[in-house]
Amino acid sequence: MSETADRVKKIVVEHLGVEAEKVTEEASFIDDLGADSLDIVELVMAFEEEFGVEIPDDAAEKIATVKDAISFIDANKG
Amino acid sequence: MSGLMAGKRGLIMGLANEKSLAWGIAQQLHAQGAELAFSYQGEALEKRVRPLADQLGSDFLVECDVSDMAALDTAFDTLAARWPTIDFIVHAIGFSDKNELRGKYVDTSLDNFLMTMNISAYSMVAVTKRAAAMMPNGGSILTLSYYGAEKVIPHYNVMGVAKAALETSVKYLAMDLGPDNIRVNAISAGPIKTLAASGIGDFRYILKWNELNSPLRRNVTIEDVGGAGLYLLSDLASGVTGEIHHVDAGYNVVGMKAEDAPDIGLS
Repeated sequence: MSETADRVKKIVVEHLGVEAEKVTEEASFIDDLGADSLDIVELVMAFEEEFGVEIPDDAAEKIATVKDAISFIDANKG
Repeated sequence: MSGLMAGKRGLIMGLANEKSLAWGIAQQLHAQGAELAFSYQGEALEKRVRPLADQLGSDFLVECDVSDMAALDTAFDTLAARWPTIDFIVHAIGFSDKNELRGKYVDTSLDNFLMTMNISAYSMVAVTKRAAAMMPNGGSILTLSYYGAEKVIPHYNVMGVAKAALETSVKYLAMDLGPDNIRVNAISAGPIKTLAASGIGDFRYILKWNELNSPLRRNVTIEDVGGAGLYLLSDLASGVTGEIHHVDAGYNVVGMKAEDAPDIGLS
């Protein structure tokens, strides 16, 4: 597992209060992890802070799963 | 408990999470001895507000949709059932369709114009009326605005127009309630990355611009806003009403780009 994946999963576990085992790369924030629309905005803000990346709205809208978040961050972090 | 707010109690409306301006204000009020109640709208916000209220020793949460006058009455009845009188209100509420917080103001729809005005400006009037009835010994009411009320800020659009209505409402409300020793003020805060701000187009650009061009050469924090909020809600500001107080690192006095600020592109 990459370092980015570990850090993303840690943020997701802390923010959504879900068990770490449930946070697989395929997990959908809304369908599998019980996130609401405000959680998504908060998660995106937390990822931006943690990784120093900017996630524009149109990219944020495409982040549905844990893997989507990891891929975006790996592709865009400085 | 001692402190500037010892013996005072009030309602915080519009807290969303630990990045909220309302949170910065609530923390400083609590640190100075205030007793706090919190209003929220809907389950999604309740689950965010409850643990924050708990951190400040409060279990007093009231559900309130400020666009529904009957719901507002019920919320203030619930508040009054436990606290017959209050000393202050923090109104930190605004809403607009985020699809109209980008692009041009000229494209604003009637429905969104009315909704934005209702939730972001009229709610202050409706809240103030009900709060004033619970302030027989005077009180202090505070709302939050932004420079987009005074000057054109990209993408702020209908929210700027609503904030202009809000700021002018503060002045009229101050006049109405002054004889009852109820003060009404607003903080015009510089941009801060909150949940609400995430709906505004190109917000990062606005943040960066303010950081580079404000006299203090930085953005403000919720602690900066909290300190000013504490002042306006406490007796330190006993002679202050109808004021739009800028907490913006001085940005509102600036007329053009700082010479030492780089030109920045949209990211």
